[in-house]
Amino acid sequence: MANKVLVRQEFKVVGTRPIRHDGTDKVTGRALYGGDFSLPGMLYGKVLRSPHAHARILSIDTSAAEALPGVRGVVTAKDLPRPEEGIADVGEGAVNLRFLSDNILASNKALYKGHAVAAVAAVDAHTAEAALALIKVDYQVLPAVVNVREAMKEGAPILHESLRTDAQGQKGTTPTNIASRIQFAKGTLEQGFAQADVVVEREFETATVHQGYIEPHNATGLWSSDGQVTIWCSTQGAFTVRDLVSQILRYPVSKIKVVPMEIGGGFGGKTVVYLEPLAALLSRKTGKPVKLVMTRTEVFEGTGPTPAASMKVKMGATREGKLTAAEASFAFEAGAYPGSAVGAGCMCAFAPYDIEHGKIDGYDVVVNKPKAAAYRAPGATQTGFAVESVVDELAEKLGLDPIAFRMKNSAREGTRRIDGPIFGVIGALDCLEAARASDHWSSRLEGPNRGRGVASGFWFNIGLQSSCTISVNADGTVNLVEGSADIGGTRASIAMQAAEVLCLRAEEVKPTVADTDSIGYTQVTGGSRTTFATGWAAYEAAHDVLRQMKERVAKIWEANPADVTYEEGVFGVKGDPKMQMAFRELAGKLNHTGGPIVGRATVDPKGQGGAFATHIADVEVDPETGKVKVLRYTTVQDAGKAVHPSYVEGQMQGGAVQGIGWALNEEYFMTPGGTMANTSFLDYRMPTTLDLPMIETVIVEVANPGHPFGVRGVGEVPIVPPPAALANAIRRAVGVRMTRLPMSPGAILKEMGTV
Amino acid sequence: MNDFEYRAPASVSEAVALLVEKGERARVLAGGTDLIVQLRGGRFTLDRMVDVKGVPELNQLRYDAAEGLVVGAAVPCYRIYEDELVAAHYPALVDAARIIGGIQIQGRASLGGNLCNASPSGDSIGALIALEATAVIAGPGETRSVPVEQFCTAPGRSVLGPGELLVALRLPPPKPRSGAHYLRFIPRYEMDIAIVSAGVAAVLSPDMSSFVSARVALGAVAPTPLFVTEAGAALAGKPISEESIALAAEAARQAARPINDMRGTVEQRRHLAAVLTTRALRGAVARAKGEQVNGH
Ligand SMILES: Cc1cc2nc3c(=O)[nH]c(=O)nc-3n(C[C@H](O)[C@H](O)[C@H](O)COP(=O)(O)OP(=O)(O)OC[C@H]3O[C@@H](n4cnc5c(N)ncnc54)[C@H](O)[C@@H]3O)c2cc1C
Repeated sequence: MANKVLVRQEFKVVGTRPIRHDGTDKVTGRALYGGDFSLPGMLYGKVLRSPHAHARILSIDTSAAEALPGVRGVVTAKDLPRPEEGIADVGEGAVNLRFLSDNILASNKALYKGHAVAAVAAVDAHTAEAALALIKVDYQVLPAVVNVREAMKEGAPILHESLRTDAQGQKGTTPTNIASRIQFAKGTLEQGFAQADVVVEREFETATVHQGYIEPHNATGLWSSDGQVTIWCSTQGAFTVRDLVSQILRYPVSKIKVVPMEIGGGFGGKTVVYLEPLAALLSRKTGKPVKLVMTRTEVFEGTGPTPAASMKVKMGATREGKLTAAEASFAFEAGAYPGSAVGAGCMCAFAPYDIEHGKIDGYDVVVNKPKAAAYRAPGATQTGFAVESVVDELAEKLGLDPIAFRMKNSAREGTRRIDGPIFGVIGALDCLEAARASDHWSSRLEGPNRGRGVASGFWFNIGLQSSCTISVNADGTVNLVEGSADIGGTRASIAMQAAEVLCLRAEEVKPTVADTDSIGYTQVTGGSRTTFATGWAAYEAAHDVLRQMKERVAKIWEANPADVTYEEGVFGVKGDPKMQMAFRELAGKLNHTGGPIVGRATVDPKGQGGAFATHIADVEVDPETGKVKVLRYTTVQDAGKAVHPSYVEGQMQGGAVQGIGWALNEEYFMTPGGTMANTSFLDYRMPTTLDLPMIETVIVEVANPGHPFGVRGVGEVPIVPPPAALANAIRRAVGVRMTRLPMSPGAILKEMGTV
Repeated sequence: MNDFEYRAPASVSEAVALLVEKGERARVLAGGTDLIVQLRGGRFTLDRMVDVKGVPELNQLRYDAAEGLVVGAAVPCYRIYEDELVAAHYPALVDAARIIGGIQIQGRASLGGNLCNASPSGDSIGALIALEATAVIAGPGETRSVPVEQFCTAPGRSVLGPGELLVALRLPPPKPRSGAHYLRFIPRYEMDIAIVSAGVAAVLSPDMSSFVSARVALGAVAPTPLFVTEAGAALAGKPISEESIALAAEAARQAARPINDMRGTVEQRRHLAAVLTTRALRGAVARAKGEQVNGH
C-alpha cells in the first residue's frame, strides 16, 4: 500500500499515526454510548408505529394505554405544537418544518410502515410495549406507492394533497408526488452528440439501502421543573439536534442542552432527529427522565435510508476517445417527505470529467417509504453507478483502456462542471495516475469467470461553522474542547492540527467533544467537513494560545510582543539568543504572571476542496450460482493532506465496504403493499469480514490550497465508486452488464439467462 | 415480552413433567439461539422455559463402531466439529455444524434445537436425513424413535406432541465405501440462511465404479426439509459419472417446490437445487473414495 504523497510541506505531527485519544475507552468497552446512559427514576419509552404504508389517521384512543398500571404518559401528534411552514437547515440539506414535525409523530396521515403515531413512557420497557398494544388507532387504509417510477405516473396515489412540483422556482398547479425538478445544462447537447462517433444510452435502477450503523437510535430526555431541557443522545450533530428540537417543540434553544454520547456509527443517518423530541415531550408529560432506544426493525422501518433511484444516462465520445456530450435524468425516492439528495447526485454525476456539452435533469419524488436521510456522499453513489457504467461501456466500445480513457477526459483545475462551478486544484487525474501505477493494476488476473473493473467518483466536501477552545495546563499540556461528534477518528485529527501549531506531541493535546452549553456552535459531523473545518478552528485556537503566550513572555521579559518568537517549542526574543523559555516552563508560570490562558476560535471556512477517488476491483463470478467473490480491491483517493493516515485509510476501507454491500446484496425488500420484509441484519445483507478481501488503500495528497495543512475531507467519496467498479468487473468476468442494484446472485443468474 | 418462569431440570422425566404441566405455555430451551430470538421478536409468549442443558442424556456425544453415533439433543455445534471421531466418520455432520451461525452461535446452538425449530432451511436437517438419523423422543408416553425425514411437518412444526422432548439423535455407523456431503447456497460467505441446501450420502460399489445407493435431501425448497427419494433411486446401480449425477440433479430440481420470497425466487431455487445436488454428490463420492473434501 504505497501512498503517493504529492505535498511538499513537511509536518511534525500532521501525517503521523499516534494512538487515538479515545482508543483505550473504546477497545475496553468503557466508552459511554447513548444506550449506556441512565438516570435515577428514569422511565422507558416505546413508539407505536403505523402497520400501514399509507393510511389516514381517523382517530387515536390512548385511554386504555394510559390506564395500564406502570404507564406514566402517552403522547401523540396533538402534543406537538402545530408547526409553521418553514425551512430548517441540517447542514447537509434543508427540511420543511411541518414535514419534519409530522415525521416525528404522524398527524393526519401515516405515510410509511413504521411511521411513528404515538409514544408511551412507562416504568419499564415491557410495560411500555404492552401499553402500545392498548392504543387504538382508527386507520383508513389508502393505496400505497413504493416505487419512484410508479409514484411519478398520472393517477398514482398522492401522499401530500398540498404538494406541487417546484420546477426551478416555478410551482405546479396539480397535486403530485414529484416534489421538485431541477436541471443543469452546459453547452449545446445536440452539437455534442453530433460530434460523437459512439453513443451509449442505458437505464439504471438502485434499491433503497440503509446506512446500517450498528448502534440504533436512542435518546434520553429530562425536562426539569425550571423548564431546562437536557437530551442525551447519539448524534452526528448536537447543535443540529438542539435546533431541530427547538423548532419542532417551539422552545428556545437557550433552554435546551444536548449532550452527545459516543456514537456507534451514523454515516449521515444521524444528522436528523427521531426520538429526541419524543424523549423531551414524554419527560415534560411525566416529570421524569425518559429513555427511548430503537430496535433494529425500528431503525430499518422508521429512520432514513438512502433513496432508491431510477436513472437514464446517455454519453457520446469520438473515435479518439474524447467525451463530447452527456445527458442524464435522475429520479430519486425521497421517501415520505420531499428532500432526497438528488441535487447532489446530479452535481456529482459527471464531475470527474471534462465534458463540453451536458444536460442533467433531477426529480425528487415522494413515495410511501421512510423519509430518506443522508448517507455518505448522498446521491453520488447512485448517479456514479450509472455514469461510471456508461463510461466503462464507452471505453469498451472504443477499445480503450478504461483508465487511459478516464485520464484523457479527466477534470482538472479550470474544468467547469455541467452544474456550473469551476474546479480549483483537484486530484482527479492524480488518482487515475496512481491507480494506473498501482501494484493492483499491474498485477495479472487470470482464470475463468474473473474480471477487473475500475470506476471513479467525486464528492464536494463542505465547510460550515465550527468552534474550538484550548486551555493551557500548568504541566505544559493543553485541553482542547470542540463540538464535533467523533465518528471516524476526528478527536485525533483535530488535536493533531493543534499539536502541530503548538509544537506539542499529539498526546499532549487532550480533546473533548462537549455538549451544546460548553462550546460554540458547531455544525454536524458530515459532508466530510470535520477534519477540515473543526481542524481549522483548532489551528486558529492554537494560534490564539500562542499569541497570548507570546504576550505573556513579553510581559515577563519586558520585551516587545512583536519580537517574541516561538520555534521548536521554545519562546525567544529576536536578537537575544540567551532569552529562552520552553512552552512547558511558561505554562507552569501562567497563574502567577497574569492568569490562565485560553485560546479560542470560530470558523466558517469556504475553501473546501473536492475529493476524487478511483477504485479497482477484481471479482470472480460463479456462473452456476451467480455469486460474486471480490478477489482484490484497491481504493485510490485524494485526501489533500492525510492528517492521520490510519484513519484516512479506515475511511477509505469503510466507505468501499459499504459501497460493496450496496452493490452486491443490500436492499429494502418491499412487498407490493409497502412492508419491508427483511428488517434484520440476517436478511438485510451487509458484507461480513468473510465476504471481503483486505481493502487496499493508496492515499494521494494534492494539497487543498484552501486549508492551512492542505486538508480536503475523506469520509464520503470512497462509497461512490464501488457499485460501478464491481459492475464493470462483472461485465468483464461473465459478459453481462448489470444495470440494477443490488447485483445479487439471483439477479446475475437472471441476467446471464440461467434462470 | 411478559415475565416467565425459568426451570432447569436435571433429568428427562423431570423435564417432561415440567412441560406437561404447562402444555403449550412451556417451551424447551437448548442453546436458545432460535427460542430467545423468536421470543424477543414477539412471535409467541411463554409462561415457562425449560432449560435442558443440564440433562445428562441430552448432553451425550458418543461414537461406537457397532452402534454408530449418539448426539444428545442439546450438544452444541462446537462439540460436534471438535470431536475427532465425529470428524472422521461423519464429515457431513461437521459440514453442517460448522456453518450454523458464527463462533458465538456455535458455542450454544444444538442440532436438537435446529431440528425442533423445524425450519425448512435448518442446516443440520439435510445432513441428518442423508445420514439416516433417527430422533429419539421422550414424553408422557412411551419413548419413541422417528426418522428425521419424518420429523418436520410444517414450518416450525414437528411430530413432537404435548410434553414431548427430543432426547438424542442416533446415526447408524457409516457403511463401507460411503461418503456424505452437505452444502448450502447463501449470498454471503457466512451468517446467512440457506437459499437452498443439499445433504447427500452415497454408497459405492466394491470396485468404486458405480453407485449402490444414495440419499438426497434438500433444504429451503418446500415447507419442510425434503427427502428426495427419486434422486437416490436415479443413482442406484448407475456408474459414477457426471451423467448419472445429472439424473439425480434433475430429479432434485423436479422435486423442489419452492416459493418466491425475499431470499430467492422459484426459478432460482429450482436451479440451485440441481447445482447443489450435483456439487454435494461430487463431494460425497470423493469422500467415499477417501479423498479430503472441504466443507465450504
Ligand atoms: C446469528 C444467528 C445465526 C444463525 N445461523 C444459522 C445457520 O446458519 N443455520 C441454521 O440452520 N440456523 C441458524 N441459526 C438458528 C439457530 O442457531 C439454529 O437453528 C440452532 O441450531 C438452534 O439450536 P438451539 O440449541 O439454540 O435451539 P433453541 O433456540 O434452544 O431451540 C429451538 C427450538 O427448538 C425447541 N427445542 C430445543 N431443544 C429441544 C428439545 N430437546 N426437545 C424439544 N424441543 C426442543 C425449542 O423450544 C425451540 O422452539 C442462527 C441463529 C442466529 C441467532
